[in-house]
Amino acid sequence: MDGAHDMGGVAWSGPVEPEPNEPVFHAPWERRAFALTMAMGMPGGWNIDMSRFAREDRPPQDYLGKSYYEIWLAGLERLMLERGLVAPDEIEAARSLRQAKPVAKILSVEDVAAVLHRGGPTERDAASPAGFAVGDRVRARNINPPTHTRLPRYVRGHVGRVERVLGCHVFPDSNATGAGENPQWLYTVTFDGRDLWGEASDGGLTVSVDAWQPYLERL
Amino acid sequence: MLRLSWGYMTGPDHDHHRHDHSELSETELRVRALETILTEKGYVDPAALDLLIETYETRVGPRNGARVVARAWTDPDYHARLLKDATPAIAELGYAGRQGEHIVAVANTSTLHNMVVCTLCSCYPWPVLGLPPVWYKSAPYRAKAVKDPRGVLRDFGFELPEDTGIRVWDSTAEIRYMVLPMRPAGTDGWSEDRLADLVTRDSMIGTGLPKAPLEVA
Repeated sequence: MDGAHDMGGVAWSGPVEPEPNEPVFHAPWERRAFALTMAMGMPGGWNIDMSRFAREDRPPQDYLGKSYYEIWLAGLERLMLERGLVAPDEIEAARSLRQAKPVAKILSVEDVAAVLHRGGPTERDAASPAGFAVGDRVRARNINPPTHTRLPRYVRGHVGRVERVLGCHVFPDSNATGAGENPQWLYTVTFDGRDLWGEASDGGLTVSVDAWQPYLERL
Repeated sequence: MLRLSWGYMTGPDHDHHRHDHSELSETELRVRALETILTEKGYVDPAALDLLIETYETRVGPRNGARVVARAWTDPDYHARLLKDATPAIAELGYAGRQGEHIVAVANTSTLHNMVVCTLCSCYPWPVLGLPPVWYKSAPYRAKAVKDPRGVLRDFGFELPEDTGIRVWDSTAEIRYMVLPMRPAGTDGWSEDRLADLVTRDSMIGTGLPKAPLEVA
């Protein structure tokens, strides 16, 4: 979706402001929001692409007005409400008002280390050979789906070059909607800075995105 | 307008030091409410929550990545393995997993500087760098890195030579990038441990350089 989260190249006043000796979390509630989000993935049954969509699918003023972990919190609430794991009146009452829905598995303290170490690899066996090879010139398609996509707006319609073939990976555009993993070949595609931003821009700049095959067309 | 004054639109100063008290309390209460409900329903194990927090506050952080870089600086075979296929090379040092399932390491040279960003959200190589800092997730960085990375470097206090090319990696998939900075001059014969002290988090994102030997002497 063409949301406020897709920030590449947007004019932004003010500098990037690094914070000296920054703590990992800035408030106790951020710790808990982070941990609740991590822990609920297992009983919740959603995938990372559904989580990303739940965070980004909101009006720009809402996305831009919330801090990072406030967005995580809003995303978590939405995923749980959609699945009936919690109800609005329970959040209002700050306690459980009805029986838990059966869930497949919860994250126990004994499993935390192993689950984190395993992670969630996204590479899958390929059903067909890669459509593009290193060096191929490709154009990023001009797509504007209302659903989740990982093709940023600033490269759409622009011509780049395949620099790496990264294997066949879960396709977020399908995975986010519940349509399955639908694995697709993934490539690092490089773009010349001047092709993206015009002749006046930095001549020494190269930008790459990682793009699944359906995002690309051969020139 | 209040909320717009301390969210994504501004930097960390605004994010974290000017919260309106009632707003903060509302968020705090909401998180507490959720934790209570989820615990009562048996969806979360409170001890697992504590361990998740402890893991990312104390065990997983840029010190891991610094060890990877120091190893690459001192062991040419490891350097080659890291650049060829970083995920198993990094796993050799025990770092793997969540948000680092597929890692690519990219090396700075005297003619090319690398910088990593995630314009769409906050993708970052957790096993080697930990959780991302606020500025990495902020609108100014995500907006500017792909268009004016030299300007970003100026925000961080250094000027890249004009004839040094700059390569920005936008982490749009599940590949996570880490920068292998150049080894500082004047460190011949240094041990891996000593070298690791020179490796800053920002030097592995590409918004900084390693410390100079004098800075840690």
